[in-house]
Amino acid sequence: MTSANLTSRHSAALESAGGVEGRSLWQDSWRRLRRNRAAATSLVILGFIAIISVVGPYAVPWDYDEIDWDHIEALPPTFELGHYLGTDYIGRDLLARTLVGGRVSLTVGILATSVALLIGVSVGAVAGFLGGRVDQILMRFVDLMYSVPLTFFVIILMVLFGRNFILMFLAIGCVEWLTMSRIVRGQTLSLRNKEFIEAARASGGTTAGIIWRHIVPNVLGVVIVYVTLTIPQVILLESFLSFLGLGVQEPLTSWGMLINEGAAEMEITPRTLLVPAVFMTVTLFCFNFLGDGIRDALDPKDR
Amino acid sequence: MTSTLPSQPVLEIKNLDVRFTTPEGEVQAVSDLSLSVGKGECLGIVGESGSGKSQTFMTALGLMAENGVARGEVMFNGVNLLKAGERKLTSIRGNKIAMIFQDPMTSLTPHMRIGRQLTEVLARHRGLDASAARDSAIAMLRRVQISEPERRFVMYPHELSGGLRQRVMIAMALLCGPEVIVADEPTTALDVTVQAQILDLIREVKETLHTAVVLITHDLGVVAGLADRVAVMYAGRIVEQGSVRDIFYHPNHPYTCGLLACTPYLDQAKTGKLTTIPGQPPDLQNLPPGCAFSPRCRESQECCRTERPVLSLATHAGSKACFLSGPR
Repeated sequence: MTSANLTSRHSAALESAGGVEGRSLWQDSWRRLRRNRAAATSLVILGFIAIISVVGPYAVPWDYDEIDWDHIEALPPTFELGHYLGTDYIGRDLLARTLVGGRVSLTVGILATSVALLIGVSVGAVAGFLGGRVDQILMRFVDLMYSVPLTFFVIILMVLFGRNFILMFLAIGCVEWLTMSRIVRGQTLSLRNKEFIEAARASGGTTAGIIWRHIVPNVLGVVIVYVTLTIPQVILLESFLSFLGLGVQEPLTSWGMLINEGAAEMEITPRTLLVPAVFMTVTLFCFNFLGDGIRDALDPKDR
Repeated sequence: MTSTLPSQPVLEIKNLDVRFTTPEGEVQAVSDLSLSVGKGECLGIVGESGSGKSQTFMTALGLMAENGVARGEVMFNGVNLLKAGERKLTSIRGNKIAMIFQDPMTSLTPHMRIGRQLTEVLARHRGLDASAARDSAIAMLRRVQISEPERRFVMYPHELSGGLRQRVMIAMALLCGPEVIVADEPTTALDVTVQAQILDLIREVKETLHTAVVLITHDLGVVAGLADRVAVMYAGRIVEQGSVRDIFYHPNHPYTCGLLACTPYLDQAKTGKLTTIPGQPPDLQNLPPGCAFSPRCRESQECCRTERPVLSLATHAGSKACFLSGPR
């Protein structure tokens, strides 16, 4: 038949073009992201900060909670004693503390955002897809939660359940999911009437299956952008809580706590403020650049 | 082509009424519609946009919008689909009754490989494991004349042309060996050369697998080439029904004639103007009391505006809903 002829010719053309393996939208976006210099650099820096936060504390000569009993004072940077960035006011190694602080801040940032992601995407997708009464109830609940001052909510949780590391990211996650759910719901509403959803229903897809396999992957692009913006937000919220004394427990520390301590002594030893502040600022910058980059990479108009 | 009625209907719609409640009022999308399609038969449903042709079958599959209410019966294998539960419907959709949609460009989930979309259907309805599903999906891709199916299998929808995607959609519809295929304007979004290939494919499928095909379209050319019987719909009702030959050569209803007259021909005199049916389709929120077509009908009489004609015997073996008698 002519039709068979046509398709075989078509495929022959494809063959010579060399397009053998399918390339997904994700792979395309990934390629574009790598070509975006700011975003790629940010990604590398973030990776670097993450790695030194995880590995670094083992590599530096001092422990983060170890006091240099011979020098209980804010030492300037010295190589003989192994305090590469000096010590804080009671003689603890600043570099070790900053690295451990980074570990805590990044962990809180990522875990709390994951909690927000999980709740936000499920609620948003279910509300948007099912619509009707379910949508009303869920979204009014979100509205209600919005009206509760977030920090107040976190503080109450902290007071009720004590200062618990796990509780902290749960609490932050539980307030950060609200915006996520609204974004996902909005996206779902626009996807719900797309033909491929109708086609999936017509081919016998169940509601749960359609939400999970056809809606969620399609909203992921927007969600990822929002995630990269939520992580720094969470890190900031954590530093704010630490600043209020509601964060992690001493001697464990986070960037927010280090900045808090450093701020108290910035006139005498600005170094104790600057080191964690630089780490945190660079991280937040990178997350924002990365978020921008991902958004550009996923933008279909760019195609 | 002698029998105009199917010997044994696979899907039978009886007195179907579909209404939608909207903030502006109630919309009567489908009224008192009855039709059936038999094994190995192709029924063409023709009508303008908004005449309820798609809505009828979306309702039959339980895919109606939430604000819709359906009454009547849709019998499939002894089950009334309008009364069936969601679970039952899910097991029928894509399995016993499959749909092919108008726009293949948007009917495939963009982020999923073709293969996964196909095997998902098989896993759901047939419970096949991954490799068996893969084999049968690839066999089906080959069946719909997609060359190098193994390679297409791992591709994403945006890497395929419109015609190929529609073939994939057809393959997906055929995967579970359905008894009825509802093709909702399967060729509208395709260019003419591809249209012909797709229609060939549907015909070939119908003839070899004896699947009942419902072809929803506004393209009379498509119907003429493929359908055995035709139902012409206007404002949610069937206005004329009969074998394809009768409808094309001896139309009884003025609307059918109007539609046929609108078809442009290459050898038509170049007057510069295409024939149209003057006026607009009626507002489905407040249908006229008489024949819905009467405001646009050139031959309408007094009774047409006050009384609604029921489907009655036409001069051909089919039926028509018009007070006028005889072929137009």
